[in-house]
Amino acid sequence: MADPILAVECLMKSFGGLRATNDLSIAVERGECHAIIGPNGAGKTTFISQLQGMLRPDAGAIRLDGQDITREPAHVRARLGIARSFQITSLVPDFSVLDHAALAVQARSGHSFRFWRPARGDAALTGPARDALATVGLSPRATTLARDLSHGEARQLELAIAIAQKPKLLLLDEPMAGMGRKDGAAMTRLLAELKKDYSIILVEHDMQAVFSLADRISVLVAGHVIKTGAPDEIRNDPDVRAAYLGH
Amino acid sequence: MADRAPIGSGWRERAPAVLIVFLLAATPLVARALGDPFIVKVATRVVVFAIAAVALNFVVGFGGLVSLCHAGLFGVGGYVVGVLAWHDFNAEPLLFLPGTSNLLVSIPAAAVVVGLLAAIVGAISLRTSGPYFLMITLAFNQMFYYGAVALQKYGGEDGLQIMSNVTLGPFDMSDRYRFFYLALAFLAAAMFVLGRVVRSRFGMALRAASRNETRVIAVGVDPWRYRLVAFVISGVVVGIAGALLAAGQQFISPVDMGWDRSGDLVVMTVLGGIGSVWGPALGAAAFVVLELVLSSWTSHWQLAFGLLVILIVVGLRGGLADLGALAFGRRGTETAHG
Ligand SMILES: Nc1ncnc2c1ncn2[C@@H]1O[C@H](COP(=O)(O)OP(=O)(O)O)[C@@H](O)[C@H]1O
Ligand SMILES: [Mg+2]
Repeated sequence: MADPILAVECLMKSFGGLRATNDLSIAVERGECHAIIGPNGAGKTTFISQLQGMLRPDAGAIRLDGQDITREPAHVRARLGIARSFQITSLVPDFSVLDHAALAVQARSGHSFRFWRPARGDAALTGPARDALATVGLSPRATTLARDLSHGEARQLELAIAIAQKPKLLLLDEPMAGMGRKDGAAMTRLLAELKKDYSIILVEHDMQAVFSLADRISVLVAGHVIKTGAPDEIRNDPDVRAAYLGH
Repeated sequence: MADRAPIGSGWRERAPAVLIVFLLAATPLVARALGDPFIVKVATRVVVFAIAAVALNFVVGFGGLVSLCHAGLFGVGGYVVGVLAWHDFNAEPLLFLPGTSNLLVSIPAAAVVVGLLAAIVGAISLRTSGPYFLMITLAFNQMFYYGAVALQKYGGEDGLQIMSNVTLGPFDMSDRYRFFYLALAFLAAAMFVLGRVVRSRFGMALRAASRNETRVIAVGVDPWRYRLVAFVISGVVVGIAGALLAAGQQFISPVDMGWDRSGDLVVMTVLGGIGSVWGPALGAAAFVVLELVLSSWTSHWQLAFGLLVILIVVGLRGGLADLGALAFGRRGTETAHG
């Protein structure tokens, strides 16, 4: 268990009287696909937001690759290697698919105080951006504006942006949310490919996908991890069944 | 490349700006033909406000920042030129430096002064957003306004007349035609330079942040720094516009920098279309000409003017720029950034 890519200790976050994250500790190993499951309102998105930096925890510590990032703002964390795909698609409506990926490449290749050369047509940006689109299968839609994408394509683009960041850790918040069976299956295949190259935290409701993709699973209930283990352990754990799977 | 279709950098995107400059360049010929030099005066005013509107739209349309202090910054640019000329005329040094009526000196001076002011205003007001940003920039505008009123030495409320002959190096710039082309050169340069910036990495980061801040932060961009620099760039350009206003009309007064003037600049911008660099130039032209024509017809011109603005903005979602886009056979200008 030495040297995890992500180590979270005793994270706490309250919204008023509601403890959305309650003494949450977790370690994600390098190269691992670590799924987080739990009922609606368990605090999965809140947890992801604290990892990414959009939300500040009230207490606790977050270490990425050994470095304490608890106090770092979100944009710094992105540069340190955390990429997040949002549960609710978050795109720039009048930017093309390629623009989104290129922006991610631009952001990781230093500051953007470059005022003269057109960003479009800058191969240093579009090259890696196209690679990211190819990975998720969006190449044919490169010139399409985000607002003209189907729901499934927008979910793919969320993923392509995260990949274009070349992160150390991918935070995927319900990448299959709202997808049909066919798109969902395609996404599962894609994630199976990605998990070869990335350390991943995967929040997902589709249990079939979770059990096929995850190396380990943590079960979150009321902001607290009640159990972490291999898929088989989780499947057969009585507490987990009672708290979550037991429907 | 096919993937540059939505916002290209080819001639099609530049054509409207080039056309605007060429049409404006022809107005002195019309004035000469009609023997009506007043047309050049109006055209100069159009060009000056076009620069100001283009500058403002750099932060409004591309930065998502509706600033209400741009008339103030504009006026300060004018006062820099006016004050330097006053010290030149009265042969009285300004803090050990001689005054000057040479625009080669006073326009860059105005750009620097207003750029610094914009940096201060931006650094403070960009900590807020939405209505708070509006309020703070408005407050700064009023500070600049009352600052100008308080300049008793330079005319205070009555404004500052430029008594010396304004020059550009060896050239006498009191010649209306010559001055018009100088201003037009600045408009062309502003549209060209800002057109480049909007497409650069900087521009992409700025635009993306204005549409979806969460997204750009998530990929590692800190919007604040880019907005601040954009605000300074916009300030520099609007300061130059103000300098040209003062030099052109040989006069600058607090009236030019009232908060209502800041509102006028926003109206010009939206009227012209915030989706392109050049759209606001059309808005400025329409505004200046309509103000002139309508106010000569009726003292209630603002009512008619308001109705017209509403019609245009409601009828053409992309402002007057949409008319241009239609003429060029495009679907719309929301994605055009020429
Ligand atoms: N910004 C917020 N303000 C107040 N309550 C919130 C906020 N975000 C989430 N919550 C609450 O915290 C709990 C956990 O929410 P969330 O993390 O979205 O759960 P999940 O993603 O597991 O469905 C829910 O009860 C939700 O209503
Ligand atoms: Mg959620």
